[in-house]
Amino acid sequence: MTIPLNDILAILPELIVIGAACLVLALDPITPAARKDALAWLTLAALACCIGVTSSQMTSRVSAFSDLVIVDPYAGFWKLLLYIVTGLTVLLSVVYLKSERLHVGEYYGFILLSLSGMMVMVSAADLLTIYLGTELMSLSLYVLAGLKRSEPRSLEASAKYFVLGAFSSGILLYGISLLFGVAGSTRLPDIAAVTAGQGLGNPILTLAMILLAVGFGFKLAVVPFHMWTPDVYQGSPTSVTVFMAVASKAASFGAFLRVFTEGLGGLRADWYGLFLIICIATLILGNVVAIVQTNIKRMLAYSSIAHAGYALIGVVAAARVGTPDSSTGLASVMLYLAMYAFMTMGAFAIVAMLRKGSLEGEEIQDFSGLAKREPLPAFFMLIFLVSLAGIPPTAGFIGKLYVFMAAVEAGLAWLAVVAVIFAAISAYYYLRIVMVMYMREPDPDIIPAPRFESSPALSIVLACALAGVVLLGLFPNIVVSLAVQAVPLMK
Amino acid sequence: MTEFPWLSAVIFLPLLGAATLWFMPASAARWLTLGCTLLVFIIALPLWWAFDSGSSHMQFVERVSWISSPPIEYSVGLDGISLPLFLMTAFLMPFCILVSWSAITTRVHSFMATLLIMESAMLGVFAALDFVLFYVFWEVMLIPMYLLIGIWGGPNRLYAAIKFFLYTLAGSLLLLVAILALYFHGGHTFDIQALSRNSYGVTLQNLLFWAFFAAFAVKVPMFPFHTWLPDAHVEAPTAGSVILASVLLKMGAYGFLRFTLPMLPDATATFTTLMIALSIIAILYGAYMALAQSDLKKLIAYSSVSHMGFVTLGIFVFNTQGIEGAVMQMINHGITTGALFCCVGIIYERTHSRLIADNAGLAGPMPRYATCLMIFILSSLGLPGTNSFVGEFLVLAGTFVWSKLATTLAALGIILAAAYLLWMAQRVVFGVPSVDQRAHLSDLSFREMATLIPLIILVFWIGFFPNPFLTRMHATVGGLMADGIEPIRTVAPGQDQVASDTSPLIRDPQSLLVSP
Repeated sequence: MTIPLNDILAILPELIVIGAACLVLALDPITPAARKDALAWLTLAALACCIGVTSSQMTSRVSAFSDLVIVDPYAGFWKLLLYIVTGLTVLLSVVYLKSERLHVGEYYGFILLSLSGMMVMVSAADLLTIYLGTELMSLSLYVLAGLKRSEPRSLEASAKYFVLGAFSSGILLYGISLLFGVAGSTRLPDIAAVTAGQGLGNPILTLAMILLAVGFGFKLAVVPFHMWTPDVYQGSPTSVTVFMAVASKAASFGAFLRVFTEGLGGLRADWYGLFLIICIATLILGNVVAIVQTNIKRMLAYSSIAHAGYALIGVVAAARVGTPDSSTGLASVMLYLAMYAFMTMGAFAIVAMLRKGSLEGEEIQDFSGLAKREPLPAFFMLIFLVSLAGIPPTAGFIGKLYVFMAAVEAGLAWLAVVAVIFAAISAYYYLRIVMVMYMREPDPDIIPAPRFESSPALSIVLACALAGVVLLGLFPNIVVSLAVQAVPLMK
Repeated sequence: MTEFPWLSAVIFLPLLGAATLWFMPASAARWLTLGCTLLVFIIALPLWWAFDSGSSHMQFVERVSWISSPPIEYSVGLDGISLPLFLMTAFLMPFCILVSWSAITTRVHSFMATLLIMESAMLGVFAALDFVLFYVFWEVMLIPMYLLIGIWGGPNRLYAAIKFFLYTLAGSLLLLVAILALYFHGGHTFDIQALSRNSYGVTLQNLLFWAFFAAFAVKVPMFPFHTWLPDAHVEAPTAGSVILASVLLKMGAYGFLRFTLPMLPDATATFTTLMIALSIIAILYGAYMALAQSDLKKLIAYSSVSHMGFVTLGIFVFNTQGIEGAVMQMINHGITTGALFCCVGIIYERTHSRLIADNAGLAGPMPRYATCLMIFILSSLGLPGTNSFVGEFLVLAGTFVWSKLATTLAALGIILAAAYLLWMAQRVVFGVPSVDQRAHLSDLSFREMATLIPLIILVFWIGFFPNPFLTRMHATVGGLMADGIEPIRTVAPGQDQVASDTSPLIRDPQSLLVSP
């Protein structure tokens, strides 16, 4: 059997990533411990190639492997975002792993394998392909979460993530099988053709839709499927946490949006209410529980839950019957996640590199008086937090602007009002960090005193995140037009 | 379009200054900031004469597309209402720097940079002609102000800072939703002038009115949303108090004038009585609270609540005198209250107390200070010949047309103002000083004189020659009235009689005032 060249070309970025992953895994045993950095540079080189290839695929729409895979601007948008996020994660990891004394060459291999899973997720046109991508992504992440073998919390995170992840995958698979039973196919266009017009009248279809929503709910970490998030985010090594919080969330949104628009778009009147409830619950719980956190990684975990809630507003707005143009809502979701990626990346990078001796300064208390001791990182953190709170002129504001706009356009102004009330509440816990950094004296009881470990690679990460946050806040045109072009069609 | 963008230059010069500060040694930070703010004022000042007072249109307009979809523009311009506020902001900033010269000793760089970022945002708010742009400037201001109070403030600063922040943020986020709703109902544009020309359904107007109200009433602050103000004022450093009182509070009132009145005339008419009642409560309640204060800053803070009550009163009676009086009162309150906060800051540097009891009897050791303070106190209580008289008189004249009872109640506020201010003056200026205080009290230095004297000049200049200010407002206020007068008439038909009875006297405010 021969594989057509066109199909190979279509999945070239995935092949590059998987090839690089194998290369990293193969080179790891023969690389001396002192030169493990070389594996990171190899990873970055692979990502650079992928950016080139995917950019060239952005304008066309190609189906490959009997329509199991689709390479379209929508997939391209997510892939580009994923490359950038992965690249920044790798750079952060170079310094972070050294500080944590985690000399594991396989690390970059697993990051790349996870990335390839995410890429499959966003460019799959078949539920089983999506499932394969999800599993590839998750299995690699389970391993990465437990990387700090000496620390029980890390192991707990890994175990918890694995159990709940496997559980959610099971639910997802069950939903897929039911859907196959109804539609006779797992390909999204076939499902769309069969389900269009059918609604709550078919109980199996409804059940399948709910199961899919639950399965994706776990991956997106939305309420009430968010339970694993705080523990896993807190226990995992911070460089892995940021990868989960940003890349895995972006990829899950990518797959989720495609399944529910291109596959189950016909049922949107049914899943609209479901996600409306999930959205409001996520906004409430994420923002309210974040207030009482004392550990900054947990706080950011709840904040990432809350941000998924804001993104869901766009989904709900797109799904509302009578919405003049569902593409506004979907584009706003894509935009929101792109904005979210940069600010979360930056905030976690600061957390990762604030060190108390060999430990991370991950208690909020450790940030007290940071502006006096480390003015520049404190200022960076200020910008990231302001952006997370959605205050202009940062990316966070633009993201919220578009999401709220979609809501108001869809006639959901009340939802926008609910969202802004919780945005005001969220400002409280973000500003609490600012307050601790700028308005408190350094806590003399914390020994050794938290220091910020600066290094060139970290500076690049922070500079990129800051540039993303500020430039996308001031000049969002490029990303907006990318998202608008790439928006999937609501079937 | 080929002209040099003066307005943008003025708006962004402080931001450039803040960026430059980063590379400056600490010793130069103060001078650089002072130079920057002075330069901003010098560039802005010619706008005063370049402004064509015969036109009700926006002037010095600059338009550049900012975000293409949805169409959000960077567009700025000034009219007769925003021009005085814009210039007042530019005028006051150098004094904020001067008054912080020796009071701020920690993190001078950051302090000065924060002030400069604030200045850019405040100038932007008054000049913005695009609703999203306005919102961006409006919100950008929150973080620097939060830092200003929280880092350089008094002992209870953390509470005051977060209270200020959350209050104003909650209000302005509702404004954001209202802006988006207007976009979809007002022809898919964020252009403020285009939105003002459209008309909206009654239900929508009522909803939007309350969303606008949430944002603007908190900022003014109107009763009962004023509780953040005394806290913020007391804890803020002097420059922060001056900016809060002189500029930030004006933004709320400006918002009412720029958005609520022209965009939501029917809703405004519906809620006029309520708004006027809230204004009068603010006037009386603020004055009453001021009577009871023993802390100088708190006293002036509550007097601000009272004085801003006059502003909202003037705005919501919705006639030429009222609105022109309100704008005058905004400027006057900015100058006088700003100056009073400077005075408190100056004495606080010497005695390290803001309590009236600790600062009694300053006329002996500090005669120059006592004189300046007295002038500002008299100006604040609206003595004829000083600036505040003009504004308060016009507001009361405008209110008289609307209701005699309201005028009487509001005038009671002036009497109360005289009571609390003169009582304060009696104690602070002429009281019996504690013995240990006198020795180390030095009178005003040259820098402090340089801070207060220009403000005194302005107090009398506006007091005697308000016409240059009023003439620049006439056309704009006329335009505003022409757009919105109809719904007012239909709601309150009985008022026409009164209006025509009194119009020969006060229809033209110029006729009452001394011409230059």
